Amino acid sequence: MTDSQVKTTNIITESYQDLSARNWKRYFSFSTDHKVIGIQYLVTSFIFFLIGGIFAMVIRGELITPEADLVDRTFYNGMFTMHGTIMLFLWTFPSLVGLANYLVPIMIGAKDMAFPRLNAAAFWMVPIVGTLMMASFFVPSGSAQSGWWSYPPVSLQNPTGQLITGQFLWILAVAISGVSSIMGAVNIVTTVVKMRAPGMTFFRMPIFVWAVFSAQIIQLFGLPALTAGAVMLLFDLTVGTSFFDPSQGGNPILFQHFFWFYSHPAVYVIILPIFGIFSEIFPVYSRKPLFGYKIVAISSLLIAAVSGLVWVHHMYASGTPGWMRMLFMLSTMCVSVPTGIKVFAWVATIWGGKLRLNTAMLFAMGALIMFIFAGVTGIMLSAVPVDIHVNNTYFVVGHFHYVLYGTVTMGMYAAIYHWFPKMTGRMYYESWGQVHFWLAFIGTNLNFLPMHPLGLQGMLRRVASYDPEYTFWNVLASLGAFLLGMSTLPFIVNMVSSWIQGPIAPSNPWRAIGLEWLIASPPPVENFEDTPIIVSEPYSYGKSDPLVSNLEGVLGHHE
Amino acid sequence: MKPRNIVFIVAYAIALTGISLWMGQLSYSWFPPQASAESLLIDKLFAFLVTLGTFIFLGITGVMIYSVVFQRATKYDFSDGPHIEGNVTLEVVWTAIPILLVFWLAGYSYYIYDQMAIRGPMEMMHLSMGHGDTTTAVEEQPTEEIEVISKQWAWVFRYPKSNVTSTELHLPANHRIKLALTSEDVLHGLYIPAFRVKQDIVPNETIDFEFTPIKEGTYRLRDSQFSGTYFATMQTNVVVESPEDYQTWLAEAKKRKPSPAYNQAAAEYSEHTQRTFKTGWPTVIPADPPVVNYSKNESPLSPL
Repeated sequence: MTDSQVKTTNIITESYQDLSARNWKRYFSFSTDHKVIGIQYLVTSFIFFLIGGIFAMVIRGELITPEADLVDRTFYNGMFTMHGTIMLFLWTFPSLVGLANYLVPIMIGAKDMAFPRLNAAAFWMVPIVGTLMMASFFVPSGSAQSGWWSYPPVSLQNPTGQLITGQFLWILAVAISGVSSIMGAVNIVTTVVKMRAPGMTFFRMPIFVWAVFSAQIIQLFGLPALTAGAVMLLFDLTVGTSFFDPSQGGNPILFQHFFWFYSHPAVYVIILPIFGIFSEIFPVYSRKPLFGYKIVAISSLLIAAVSGLVWVHHMYASGTPGWMRMLFMLSTMCVSVPTGIKVFAWVATIWGGKLRLNTAMLFAMGALIMFIFAGVTGIMLSAVPVDIHVNNTYFVVGHFHYVLYGTVTMGMYAAIYHWFPKMTGRMYYESWGQVHFWLAFIGTNLNFLPMHPLGLQGMLRRVASYDPEYTFWNVLASLGAFLLGMSTLPFIVNMVSSWIQGPIAPSNPWRAIGLEWLIASPPPVENFEDTPIIVSEPYSYGKSDPLVSNLEGVLGHHE
Repeated sequence: MKPRNIVFIVAYAIALTGISLWMGQLSYSWFPPQASAESLLIDKLFAFLVTLGTFIFLGITGVMIYSVVFQRATKYDFSDGPHIEGNVTLEVVWTAIPILLVFWLAGYSYYIYDQMAIRGPMEMMHLSMGHGDTTTAVEEQPTEEIEVISKQWAWVFRYPKSNVTSTELHLPANHRIKLALTSEDVLHGLYIPAFRVKQDIVPNETIDFEFTPIKEGTYRLRDSQFSGTYFATMQTNVVVESPEDYQTWLAEAKKRKPSPAYNQAAAEYSEHTQRTFKTGWPTVIPADPPVVNYSKNESPLSPL
């Protein structure tokens, strides 16, 4: 063992003991360390993912037979409303913000986020949002039941006549979640712009940072619209204003504009970090540089830019005139150009590489295949005539679950497996990871593929009962859903047991190139002893360039 | 590039083209019957998108699967792959191809949409839409304007010329139909899968909507915009019949005395049917069952 290897080993052990001494309690404290906050986001959001998943099981349980015989219709409507809301506002957004929180400062060579206390405050709003949402099950009106879109006037109907209803709590929670996300976005954008280490130029940033940066810019221009819409809806519901209430001269279509002006770009807020994860994972496990790095980086910003001009494609059948339908059809299809560039770049990265198919790579490749499928159906949906037939049907439900489960959640799993050793200092059990992948991959396709024929045949989303002709595909989808629900069990067992007693992880188990892989696992409190000075491009696989010029200083053993 | 590789790529492309064309043809069987002129157009566009989509999907995933099978690192091989950072020509080509494809797809979709010539709200704002040449439609001018009234949770159809009301929509085949859509409470959506047409109905607005049924038969009409507790029960039948049968039906319905129709939402609300799990959460009370000349007692779960 060489001298420097001995030193590195010492650092690892010290760092590990340092953290385990203060053990798990710090994850329950008001910490301002971006890494603790990152883990707090990830674990909290995963708990909500499980709750949202149980709601999905109730939905699929109801739909396994044509009749509405498992739960009553009001409860069913509450289930799909809360499932959608939880999965978006309490799983995908917070988990990806958590990942960004953990990785972005390290990846750009910073010691923390730009505003550590704002960061902690933004996180602690997430459990508050979650508690408010869950509390709605215990008010007399029951939980919100108008779908995660909460289109008025259905969302303004209040049969109990009380002020505090499930819908009231729901709107309040969504508004607070918007505020929390705006705080997070300000922090991440500022961090990327102002906190980069010397030598970390924009075109030396890992694509994950580019992707998160682009996504958070969308949050900054989009979220104020949604939050404003939510506040106006709350006023309509409680104090009798009539922004959206048609019985008092309001315009319900206006709400749809407010809602989708943010909620479509929100899809890119979620998917861009996943594109970033793909761009980190494919080079490592293919042992090749990311193909077309610059064009992939710029395409993230292009997606953010185009995303502001697509919202009306959710409203083709609403009150939208033909010229507007045509305009938004073109702008929506244009998203496929920067996205296509990325897909080709990933495939070219994999091509001719030396592939290692461990769990992270399997999840990333599985997610990419399902994303391509979702992209194909996405183009179909953007074509107005086809959309007129299939919108609000299960075709759309299938499409966006290929995006949100097939791509986002599977991509999130890839990220968790990839960075698990870095975050915990322990290795996970590979064979359990592979079991998890195959169950999830088969479950996802069995669950969401049958939704496409259902939609083409005209089965609508949000129905509690359906005509018997749709039974076959629904049974398949429900079985897939239960398999998918089961697939999380090996994941939970693997993660918990590995975190407690898995083999100690080296600082760079995947031989990956990136600042986070230079430092110990788990990283010390302020990440780097000295600020790293970056001297080369990211992803230089196949070359032996050093990434930083002051490695010894960064690791903290000055000669 | 080696000649052997070129031969392989050409053969792969030909095979893909074959499979894609076959999938495109197969896609017609994924739909309900083609019961309107619009359905012919939409299915044609969809088949085209399936053909193109299959080619793209199989093309890309095929390359990935090839890599997975043939380009794995062996157990003790810890070396890196070739250091290839990019290729400007390739990047320009694969940016240009999607751009051209997008304009092609948008242009073709526009062409189909123009042919459909369905009316929507704010007709005066249309530029050139709505004057398309509906070659499959038998006539340009709609025969009779039918009023569609939607409410939580029932459909009522009114034929003003004959002063007939019905909970079942009867239409003459091969005639351009014009509906005037209204809602009494929340957003609803008129959707007939066999016709491939859909339009949201906005309270306080009357929205004109046109299409041409071409095939006799009975089809389902559903509410496509979530409308509250009994949303799933808001379905009814559309009967497309020959113009003679249609006139006979109108005349016969006119003779009937208006009486309350069966309404699933109202029935369920009063019955409180058995469920495994009941919360008893309050719900908006269903509107009174519509009083109409013609109704058909039916369970909404009956097949077509």
